[in-house]
Amino acid sequence: MDKKKLEILAARIRLETLKVIHSRGFGHVGGAIDLADLMAVLYGEVMKFDPKNPRWEDRDWLVLSKGHAGPVAYATLGLMGFYPIEDAYTLNQPHTKFPSHTDRKLTPGVDLTTGSLGQGASSATGAALGNRLDGRSSRVFCVIGDGEADEGEVWEALHFACAHKLDNIVYFFDQNGYQLDGQTADILDHGNLAAKIEGFGLYTQTVDGHDVEAIYNAIQNALGKKGVPSAIVLNTIKGKGALFAEPKHDHSSQPKEEQWQEAIAASEKALAELTK
Amino acid sequence: MKVNLIGKHEKDSRACRDAMALTLLDMMAKDKSICYVDCDLMGCVNTKQLRAAYPERALEAGIAEGNAAGVCAGLAATGKKVYLHSFGTFSSRRIYDQIYMSAAYAGLPVHVLGSDAGVTAAFNGGTHMPLEDAAMYLSIPQAVVFDACDYAQLAFLTRAQADIDAVTFTRFVRKDIIQVYGDDTEFAVGKGVVLHESDSDAATVIASGIMVDEALKAYEQLKSENVNVRVIDMFTWKPLDEELVLKAARETGAIVTAENHNVVCGLGSVVANCLAKNLPTVQEFVGVQDEFGQVGPQSFLMDEYGLRAANIVAAVKKAVSRK
Repeated sequence: MDKKKLEILAARIRLETLKVIHSRGFGHVGGAIDLADLMAVLYGEVMKFDPKNPRWEDRDWLVLSKGHAGPVAYATLGLMGFYPIEDAYTLNQPHTKFPSHTDRKLTPGVDLTTGSLGQGASSATGAALGNRLDGRSSRVFCVIGDGEADEGEVWEALHFACAHKLDNIVYFFDQNGYQLDGQTADILDHGNLAAKIEGFGLYTQTVDGHDVEAIYNAIQNALGKKGVPSAIVLNTIKGKGALFAEPKHDHSSQPKEEQWQEAIAASEKALAELTK
Repeated sequence: MKVNLIGKHEKDSRACRDAMALTLLDMMAKDKSICYVDCDLMGCVNTKQLRAAYPERALEAGIAEGNAAGVCAGLAATGKKVYLHSFGTFSSRRIYDQIYMSAAYAGLPVHVLGSDAGVTAAFNGGTHMPLEDAAMYLSIPQAVVFDACDYAQLAFLTRAQADIDAVTFTRFVRKDIIQVYGDDTEFAVGKGVVLHESDSDAATVIASGIMVDEALKAYEQLKSENVNVRVIDMFTWKPLDEELVLKAARETGAIVTAENHNVVCGLGSVVANCLAKNLPTVQEFVGVQDEFGQVGPQSFLMDEYGLRAANIVAAVKKAVSRK
C-alpha cells in the first residue's frame, strides 16, 4: 500500500467528482465526494477489475447502495479507464450514460442499479451469494449511507448475509451524520450504529473515512475474516473538499458558480500540493 | 401448440403446487444456474424437497420478502436463473419496489411465483387474498404476467420462465385444482388457447386461471340453450395475444372476460385496451368488482364475488344483447 499514491488518487477523484457534478451545475455533492478516499483505496489498491471488460466474471463488485453518490463512481471509473472521463461530464443530460443514480445498464463498470435506498444492500448480498455459488474469489463492496440505514431492508440484508455466512462481502457505512432533512441524530437517531451492526453478527470496524491507510487496513482485516460478513463504519465529513457542500457551511446542492470555482480551485490546489 | 382438452370439471388428483415444485426439482438437477428463494413458505408449496436436494441453490430468505427480492436480483446479476416464491399478496405488494427497481428496471430477470391466486386464498382471508397482484406486474414495463389454470399449464410455465429474459409473475393455485388439460398439452408463451370455436359463435369468453373451468361450464350451459360461444384460455395476460383477441372480436362481435382478480386493471382491462385501440367491441367483465377479499371457503367466495359459470352465462347474454 502506497499511502501517498492513494492520497493523490483520492484528491483526483474528489476533483473529478466536483467537475462531473459541476457539468450539470447541481447534484448530491456532499454525499458523493465524502467517498473519494474509500474509492481511492478500493480502485487504487484493493479491487480486481478490467476496464476493457467491465463485466469480467472474476472481477470484484462495487455497489453504491446510496445510489445518489453516482458521480464519485463516474469520476473513479473514468480515471481507471473504463471510459474517457469527459464522457461523465454529460451527467443527467438527455440520453446520458451517467444518470444521477447508478445504473448497471448504462455505465461501464457499474455492477448494480441503485437509487431506491436500501435496495443495493440486498442486491449486493445476492451478488455475493451468486459469486460464492460459482466458486469465484470475487468480493462485493457495498456502500450504504447512514441516513439510508433508516431503511429496514438494510438490516434484512445484514441478517441474511450473516445467516448465510457470506464472507465475500464488505458493507461500508458512510457515517457522515447528515441526511436530507438534517442531522441523522435529529431525524431518526441510530444511537450507536456500529454497535447495532455488530449486534447483527457482522465483523465490524470503525475508521476515519478520510484516512486511506486506516481504510486499507480495515479492508484487509475484513477480507481476512472467514465465515462472517464484515462492516466498516466510515466516519466522514459530508462534502469534504467542497466548502459549499459541507453541512457546517451552506450544505448546498445548488451552489453558485463562484462557489463551484472556489471548490474546484481548492481541489486543484490540494492535488497540486500532494504531487509537487 | 397441441391441445388435449380434458375439461370434465373434475379435480386433479395432484396438488397444483407440485407442478411447480416437481418441475423445478427436475430443472435444478439439470441446470446448476437455477436458484430458488422462498420466504418461509416452502412448506406451503412443497419445495422443502428443493432445499433438501440443493441446499446451496434453494434458499430460505425468511420472512423478509423485500430483501429476498433484492437478493434474487443480485443472483440474477451473476447469471443465475432465479425463482422467488411467496403468497401472491407478498410477492406483489410487499416486494413491488424491489422487483420494479432492482430487478426489472435494472434489466435483471427474476421469476416471481405468487401462490393462492385470488379467492383461492380462502381461509387465509382478505389480508392474504391477492386480487391486485397481476395489476401491479402488468404496470411494470416488459414484465410477463401469467395466470395458470391447472397442473399441466403450471408445469409448462415453470419451465418456460427460465428462458424469458424479463421479470415474470405467475399466479397459481396451491392445492385443489380442476384438471383442464392433459399433461401432453403443448402451450406457447403469449398464445391464448382456443378451447371451443364454431362458425356461429355469438360471443367469445376470454378466461384464465380457475375461471377457465367456469367458462367451459358456461359454454355447455349456453350450448344447451342453442347459443354457441368461443372459449379462450388467455393464461398470458402480458404480452397479450392481441391477434387472437381481435380475431375473436371480429368473428363473434362480443367479448366477455372472466378473471379471479379485480376487474380494475386485470385481464378484462388489457383485453379492453386492445379492443379500444384496434376494434371497439362490446365487452362484459366477470371478476371481482373492485372489492377487497374476505375469509371463507373458496366455493362461498366464488359465489360471493360472482365468479361462477352462471355469471359468465349472464354476461354473455348481456353482451350479445348490446351488439
